[in-house]
Parts: sequence; C-alpha cells; structure tokens
Amino acid sequence: MSSFSIESVNPRRRRTDKVARGVVLALTLIAIVPLVLVVYYLLKQGLGAISWSFFTTDPTGSFLGDPGGVKSAIIGTVMMVGLATIFAVPIGVGVAIWLVEFGRESKLAHAVRYFIDVMTGVPSIVFGLFVYITLVTSGFGGTSFAGWKGSVALALLMLPVVTRSAEVVLLLVPNTLREASYALGAPRWRTVLRVVLPAALPGMITGILLAVARAAGETAPLLFTAAVVNDSTFNLDERMNSLPALIFQNVGQAQDRLVQIAWGAALTLVAMILILTLLARLIQRRSRLS
Amino acid sequence: MSDDVTPRTREDQVYRDDPRLEVSGSPQHVAPETPRVEQREPGRIVRKAPPVVLERLNAWYGGMHSVRDLTLTFEANKATALIGPSGSGKSTVVRCINRMHEEIPGARAEGRVTLDEVDVYDAKVDVVAVRRSIGMVFQKPNPFPTMSIYDNVGAGLKLTARKVEHEQVERALRGAGLWEEVKDRLDQPGIGLSGGQQQRLCIARALAVEPDVLLMDEPASALDPISTLKIEELVEELKHSITIVIVTHNMQQAARVADSTAFMLNGELVEHGPTTKIFTNPDDTRTEEYVTGKFG
Repeated sequence: MSSFSIESVNPRRRRTDKVARGVVLALTLIAIVPLVLVVYYLLKQGLGAISWSFFTTDPTGSFLGDPGGVKSAIIGTVMMVGLATIFAVPIGVGVAIWLVEFGRESKLAHAVRYFIDVMTGVPSIVFGLFVYITLVTSGFGGTSFAGWKGSVALALLMLPVVTRSAEVVLLLVPNTLREASYALGAPRWRTVLRVVLPAALPGMITGILLAVARAAGETAPLLFTAAVVNDSTFNLDERMNSLPALIFQNVGQAQDRLVQIAWGAALTLVAMILILTLLARLIQRRSRLS
Repeated sequence: MSDDVTPRTREDQVYRDDPRLEVSGSPQHVAPETPRVEQREPGRIVRKAPPVVLERLNAWYGGMHSVRDLTLTFEANKATALIGPSGSGKSTVVRCINRMHEEIPGARAEGRVTLDEVDVYDAKVDVVAVRRSIGMVFQKPNPFPTMSIYDNVGAGLKLTARKVEHEQVERALRGAGLWEEVKDRLDQPGIGLSGGQQQRLCIARALAVEPDVLLMDEPASALDPISTLKIEELVEELKHSITIVIVTHNMQQAARVADSTAFMLNGELVEHGPTTKIFTNPDDTRTEEYVTGKFG
C-alpha cells in the first residue's frame, strides 16, 4: 500500500510557484498604475471644466475673456471619424474577405499583406502630409482645408487596423462551417455573406472599434487637412474643428482657463469612446444568439 | 436501373440484384445482431434513388496520391460502408463524390463519378447542382452557430436562393428523427442542442434540400453510444428514399447498418461485397486481418 502513496509536494517547487505568481501579479499591478493615473488626472483636471455650456458653445478664441466650450470640436470629431469609418470599414473588411476566402496563399495576397503591415507602421503624420500634398495644396474639390480631407487621412490610418483585425477574425471562423455550406450547394459568395460574416461579426466589431478609437484620438493627420477652427459646422466641405486638435492648441497656452478646456476636452474624448464601446457591446450581446 | 419501369417492378429489381439474397436468403437479414431492423419494412422503397458509380477514381493532395484507381458502385437505396485504417483514403473517396475534395488547395481528382448517368466531373456539370443532389454529414456536428434550429434546417434552401417553407423544415426534422425533441424551440440556436441532437440537426439540414445521395463521413465518431444508435436507426430509415455512403472506423457499426461494405487500404480498394460476407468470409486475407482486428 505504502509503495503506491503519492509523494508530498516538493517544498522547493512550491516556493518557485509562489515566487512566479508573485512576479506576474506585480507586473500586472505595475501595468495598471499608469492606467489608473491617467483616468485620475483626467477626472481631477477635466471635471472642473465640464458644464452644460461647455458642450453647447463654440470656442471663442479669446485669450483673456471667456474661452467658450468645445461644441465645434465634438461635432467635427464625430463627423470626421464617422466619415472615415464609412470609408475604411467596407474597404478594410472587403480586403480581409478577399485575403482569407479568395486570395489565400497567392502571390498577390502575400504582397497585399506585406503592404498592410507596412501601412500599420506608417506614422500618422505621414498620412496627414500625404493628404495635405495630394488634396489640400492642390485645392482638390475647390477647397484647401476641409473636413472630408481629414476623414481621408483618418481612413488611411484606420484601413490597416480594420483589415488586419478582420482578417484574423475571419481566419478564426472554423473551416467546418464553410464546408457545411459548400456541401449544401452554396456558392462561395453566399457562404461568405450568410455563414462566415455572421460568425465573424462580433470579433470584427471589436476590431473596428479599435480603429475608431485610434482615429478619434489622432491629432497630426487633422492639423493640416481639416485645420483648427472655432466655429461649428456640419459641412464636411469646410474647415472643421476636432477634439484632439483643440486639445493640442489649448494645452500649451499660458492661460489656465484654456488648459482646463483642454483637460475637459480630453475627458470628453475618452468618455465618447467609452460610450461607443459600451453601446457596441450591448448591441452585440443583444443580437447574438446564446 | 435507369429503365422506365413501374415502381412495383423497380422494387422487385432492386431485390433481384441484391447480392444478400444469395448469402442470407432474406432481405431483412442485414446483420444478425440487429433485431430492431425487423420492426420496419426494409424492403419498402419510398423513393427511388440513383446509384453512385465510381470508375478509375484517382485523387491527390499535392504530390500525395491518396486514392488509387478505385472502381466501385454504391447501390441505389442501400447503405454502403467504407472501412479501412486511418489514412486509407475513405474520407477522400466520399469527398470526391460531391466534389468537396477540390475545395482543399492543391487537391485534385481524376476519373469518373456517375450519378444517374451523369458524370459529376463533366465540364458542363455545375458543382452547385452536384452538391444539391448529394448531401453530406461530417464527422463533427457543425450546425451554423449564428442560426436558430429552424434556420439551420432551412439553410440549404436559403443558401441556394430558394424559399423555405415550414413544411419542408418539419419534414426534414422528422426525417432526421429530431422533430419531437425540438418542435417547441425551433427559434433557439442550433448550437444549444446536445452533440447527438446537433448531428441529427445536420442530417436534417442535409435532408431539407432533398438529396438523392447522403454521404456520411464518420457521422457518429464524436457521439455517445445512444446518439450513435439513433444515427444508425436513421440510416436504416433513410435508405428507403436515398442512397447512403457511410465512412466508419467502427466495424460493429458497419456490420449493423451497411448492406454492403468496401474495405480500403493505402488508397486502394481491397474488397467490396455484401457486409455479411466481408465480415464472415472475406476473399482477401488483408480484409480478414483488418475485420478481425489484427491491424488497423
């Protein structure tokens, strides 16, 4: 009987296990510290700026007088990021579908993947410069700076993020589902549309939100495409303000009230992205059969 | 088989051609240890299905020659079992019949696969039409996760741009022996069912498009014994209206459900004959060694 007894745990192994656990826990806590601090400072500095008029008035541009609110920047960010999403999502998802379902291991598919990887690494200001030279300085469409040109720069930025994440999610859809569909006599395009895409949708939305969040926080591509203005406009053909550009402009001013506006704008931006993420989660949960 | 004959004589013809008549003397006699077969009328053919004829079929995965010169007939309204060790090419043969083989990059097939006098590999034949008349059930149950039970059954019709009638869904679910279990929750997701129910849902999905042939690639290998039994009973039932090809690793299963059995080894057909003969008195020593468990 005793020869079959299970040995007690080696104390050295137990100690090693404890140390390893302690180390990963410590690393996790270290990673959380900056996150918590960012949120803490945002709330501490930004909450003071927030009031009803903060959202309902445009910036005045006045250095000494009333600095106004951030209305034009909120409108500009929502409109420009919205348009950029409309540009980037269909193209990005389309490219991903082509890569996974049709291009697969072909030479062209490999080339496309390579360029997308390169595009992911391109600094955002380069996209801004590109649009500045091709669309702004050329006076394309009869305007110099315009909201939609900002959207183009943002869309270029979003495109690789959307494509790559959609590709990964599509690859995760089990091949057995595609086979089941083909075996029923479904053509490939209908299999993609009715079987693969619905299965991949939740993951795709996450990737798209990531891209939206990234675009919403970008300053550099907007500075010389949509410019920085004070007045509100819903016309994407005009110059448009945006939250990141407004933050950039105000935070360096030697005027406390303007700096506080910048903090308030930063808090607003973070809150907007948070709300968007929560909304998407909610819709996802409702639409998914579980 | 393609002669214009009345249903009555067709039925007779099927049994005149039945090789089991010589072996067992009784059409009911599929395998001695399956008494439940007798409860039904195995001779009753509800719907005449075509046979599937393979002639000199060869299949490759890249440079790997996995099916070699296979000539074999899957008889109409019968269940034929394909047995053999792993890697012997059983699944590949089945996937060549409905041209699923060509979906794998680098895979190709040569030879003739005839269904109702039509070569499914003919250049004029539409692969979609082939798959509509040859249904398939896979090893692992694979209902569409985003669809309800009802939509899963109707998926074959929807995916080929046809309307889904409630009656068709009900008939398919009844045909798969699942109707009573799910009739009150047709709008629930298909993946909420148990493994065995999911597999019968997949059978219902295949039946809804009313195929002539049903290919089953180890349909019960991921299921518990009771679910397996239900699938086997279904095969008995479905033979009345379709031709069945069933790949299996389970030799008892082959003995229970198949009218005839084909033994494959290294991509080649070793022997094909009535199930009772394959399992009791095979011609080839390799077959005997395999069915008695000496290798495989």
